[in-house]
Formats: sequence, structure tokens, C-alpha cells
Amino acid sequence: MLTILFDGVAYGMLLFILAIGLSVTLGLMNFINLAHGAFAMAGGYVTVLLMQNHNVPFLLCVPIAFLVTAVLGAILERTLYRPMYGKPALDQVLFSIGLAFIAMTIVDYSIGSSEQIIQLPHWLRGRSELAFGDHVLGMGHYRLLIIAVCIVLTILLQYVLTHTRFGSRLRASVDDQRVADGLGINVNVIFFSTFAVGSGLAGLGGAMGAEVLGLDPTFPFKFMIYFLIVVALGGTSSLTGPLLASLILGIADVAGKYYMPKLGSFIVYAVMILILLWRPDGLFARRGAK
Amino acid sequence: MTPAAVHDALRDKTRIKVWEPVLWLVPLAVVALFPGSSFLVNQMAIMALFAISLDLVLGYAGIMSLGHAAFFGMGAFAAGLFAKFVMPEPIAGLVFAMAVGGISAYLCSYTILRGSELTIVMVTLGVSLILFEVGNYMTWLTGGADGLQGVVMAPVLGLFPFTFDGVTAAYYSLVVLAVFLVVYRRIVNSPFGTGLRLIRDNRLRASAIGIDTDKRIKLAYTLAGAIAAAAGAVQTHSMNFASLDAFAFERSADVLLMVVIGGTAWIYGGVVGAVVFIGLHHVLSDLTPQYWTFWVGVFLVLLMRVGRDRLVRPWTWFKGGPHG
Repeated sequence: MLTILFDGVAYGMLLFILAIGLSVTLGLMNFINLAHGAFAMAGGYVTVLLMQNHNVPFLLCVPIAFLVTAVLGAILERTLYRPMYGKPALDQVLFSIGLAFIAMTIVDYSIGSSEQIIQLPHWLRGRSELAFGDHVLGMGHYRLLIIAVCIVLTILLQYVLTHTRFGSRLRASVDDQRVADGLGINVNVIFFSTFAVGSGLAGLGGAMGAEVLGLDPTFPFKFMIYFLIVVALGGTSSLTGPLLASLILGIADVAGKYYMPKLGSFIVYAVMILILLWRPDGLFARRGAK
Repeated sequence: MTPAAVHDALRDKTRIKVWEPVLWLVPLAVVALFPGSSFLVNQMAIMALFAISLDLVLGYAGIMSLGHAAFFGMGAFAAGLFAKFVMPEPIAGLVFAMAVGGISAYLCSYTILRGSELTIVMVTLGVSLILFEVGNYMTWLTGGADGLQGVVMAPVLGLFPFTFDGVTAAYYSLVVLAVFLVVYRRIVNSPFGTGLRLIRDNRLRASAIGIDTDKRIKLAYTLAGAIAAAAGAVQTHSMNFASLDAFAFERSADVLLMVVIGGTAWIYGGVVGAVVFIGLHHVLSDLTPQYWTFWVGVFLVLLMRVGRDRLVRPWTWFKGGPHG
């Protein structure tokens, strides 16, 4: 019971890191980027390839994955994404599905369609157990690491968003792009850097999650639905919304798959639809700007 | 203008143009001359029917659905089960499947009335995924991952038995498509259809002039569900088989692509899109069986980046349009 909760929290944290970039992109530019999962996949493959071919230690691979995908995101933002901002939602969706298709087939072609396995270092493979009376809490060391990294990242992001000049500019742009522009904030630069960092975070999540989620060329579509659920439920106005949404999603998914394995992801989708019917604009929609 | 002329001008859109019967002879001739192509023509007709049903929701009512396969799947399985347990007559099965699809779409229509675009996309997607999982779970009814097997169809109207070369199936789906296109044209050009376009363009204004927007959206969604179910039923009838693929996300995405390729809010948009998409699929998957989605991706990115108007006029590509 506690173990399931623990695994659910770890899973949710992972989803949060993967989806937060998408949430910011959607909130900032109203851009529905269905290719977000492709960046996560890129991060995962960078890690796998570095570890297998160059024996780079795992902990070093994760920041490299972040950097590589951030650069990739920056390049794509400048070349392909920017002209799409003003287009209708349908165009954006199809455009980014197209990008995801391209990314998936490139990976399939160059690396192969089989699932990649990450060889974790020895010290991450163990599992500690804590007993509270009758309840036993089993904590995989790797999941502990995921939770730790995610907590650090969340605090860092929260700090950047609320206590730095960049953060207040970002929040201003999310609230109202035109007014922010009028106040002399360079919204383009804000968005460019946010997109890069968001993609980088997806890559980092992909690198950390490859072991838990599995990594193969269908990754972008398999998990895109989860990212979208996080964003749709959590709203785009703060970090807490997506964080809570990903925790709910993670726990519901792990518990659902454990107690009712035959129903698959049924529980998650049902929970999502119920929440969206109850609060169509997400759990933490703020009234205002839009 | 005399009242009669005005009346004539207004009715002009609903008329069948001179070139249309000629256009309709083409697929029939293709099937008659090259029976080997009947499977391809059959698929095109089925997906065209499916695409016009999505267009009713997406193009006319302006509701973005990423889970339209839900109703296609409902129709496919309703038709399969009906043929297996009730009677193998295809037309009765088609009507039954449409009723099932329409009812399920009516129930789902309550979920798409509120919320932002993203919310609606997620809810429609969620419904189709749930149906997929349920179908996967109810193995005793649907056959699970193996699909519903052992569907044997009686001859259409007791006259035309389904053959192994798929020629009857191709004619069958073409005729069904033609019938639905005639009805569809009446629907979208009726005051109801005009009302839908008004809702798409400005929902607030539409309700201000007295249109019951919720009711119209529900009705449009129900109709679209019934048409999608008809497409699914025809698929089952011509394949003698219903698989869970009918519910898959890929199918919803494919049909969305078809509508967009062909053009939204245009009667033949879905038909053109289905022909182009399935034709492309056929050619590309012959060339590169595994990687044809790459070219679909390239095509999509180009289509959206350049815009459909400019894509069909390549000479304007490098003149530096509004996006530089």
C-alpha cells in the first residue's frame, strides 16, 4: 500500500518534469506542442547512446541530455516553431504531430525499433524497506533519486519564477503577452529561452525516465497523452497546478495498474474526464487574462 | 433580383453539379476495370465517409475532436456483433450500428459543451481511449486484442454476395458513401447547417440571435457519431472482421489529417483527403514499408508551415510571404 503510494509519487514527479515545459509553452504562447514527447525521447536516447557507446557514467549523462535537448529545442524554436505561433490550434496540432512523426521515424531508422535498456549503476539498483507496524514501505533507490531530483528542480523552478527578474517577466508574458510587450519586455527572447529550458527539462525527464517508462521510438505518442492530461488538469498559470495534477495522475495510474491490471489505463482516463467535466479549465484555473 | 432568382441563388449550393455524376463514375469504372484495386477503393470510400462525419463536427461546428475513432469503433463492433448474434443482413446491421453510434455520441455530446479547445481535445481523446481499454478488457464480447472473428455476412439485400476479391465490398461502400453524401449535402446546407457555421464563427453572437447552441452542437455530434458508426459498420461488413484498431488513436489522427488535407467545411473535403491520404499511404508504404510516416510528417509540417493555399502553388514559396 505505502509502496504503491511511493511509486506513484515517483512516477508523478517524473511526469511533472516531463510535462512542465509543455505547460509553460502552452500558457505562454498558447501553442499546443504535441511534439513535446519527442524532446523527451531525444533526451532518453542521448543517455542510452552515451552510456552504451562511450561508457559515460549515468549521472553525467543526465545533464548532457538536458543540454542537448535544450539546444535542439532552441534551434527548432528559431527555425520551425516561431512562425506557427499565430496560427489556429488545429494547424499547430497537426504541425507538431508531423514533427513527432519525423522524430519517431528518424530514431526508428537510425537506432532501431527495439526497446532500449539503461544499465543503471550498481548503487542505484537496490531497494530499502521501512516498516511502520504492519505497513512496509519499499523504496527503490532509483525512485528515491528521481524524487530527490524532482524536488530540487521544483524548488529551483519555483525560485526562478517567483524571485528573479526573468521569472516576473515570464509571468507577465504568460498573463498578457501584448501588455508585457508594451512594457518593454522582449517576449520573443523570453519565449525562446523558456522553450529551450522546457525542452531541456523534457530531455532530462526522458533521460531519468527511460528506465521507468521504457524507451522506444513510439515514446512521443505513448506519453504525449499523459503530458496533455497533466497540462489540461493542472492549468498553465502556476507550478503547483501541474505538480498536483502529475501526482494525482501518477498515483492513480500506478494504483490502477496494480489493483486492476486488466483495465490498463482506464482509471487514468476516467479520472481525467471526470475532473475536466467538473472543472473544464483545469483544477487550478485562475480567472483573468485570457 | 426577383424573389425567384434569390431563391434560385440560395438553392444553388444544394444542387448536384453537372460534373459530379461524372466524378462518381470514376471509382466505379476503376473497380470494374481493375478488380485488384477494389480493396484500395473500398478503404478510400470507408475513410471518406468517416472523414465527412468528422468534418461535420470539426469543419462546420468548429469542435476539435481527437477521438472520433470512438464512434467508428462502436459502429464496427455493433455491426460485427449484430451480424454474429442477430442477423447477417448488412443493411439492417448498418442501421443498427448507426443507432448505437448515434446514441453513444449523444451521451458523449454532454462532455464537449464547455471548456477550452484543449479541454475538448482531451475529453474526446479520453473517451476513445477508454472505449479502447474497455474493448480490450471485455474479451468475451469483443475478442480483445485478437478482434471479433467469425463474422459472416449475408448478401447485400439478398442479391449481391460478398466475394473474396472484394469487388462487391467496394461497390457496397461506394454506394453507401454516395447515399450519405446526398443526405450530408442537405444537412450542411439546411438552416441547421448554417446555424452550425455561425456557432463555429462566433458562439456568443449565435446564442444572442436566438440559436440554441448547445442543442445544435449535441445534434451535430450525434449525427456525426451515427455517420462515423456507419463507416465502421461498412468496414466490418467488407472485412468480415472487427479489430480494436478501430478505436485506436492512430485512426482518429489519420482521419483528422484527411479532413485537413482535403479542406474543412467542404462536402468533398473528406473525400479528397481520404483519396489523397490513402493513395499516399499506398504509394509510400510500397516504397518504404516501415518509414512512410516520415513522409507523412514532412508533408504535414510543409502543409502547415507553408499553408494549403500556397502548397498547391509552389511558385509562391520563395517569394517571401507574410512570415518572411
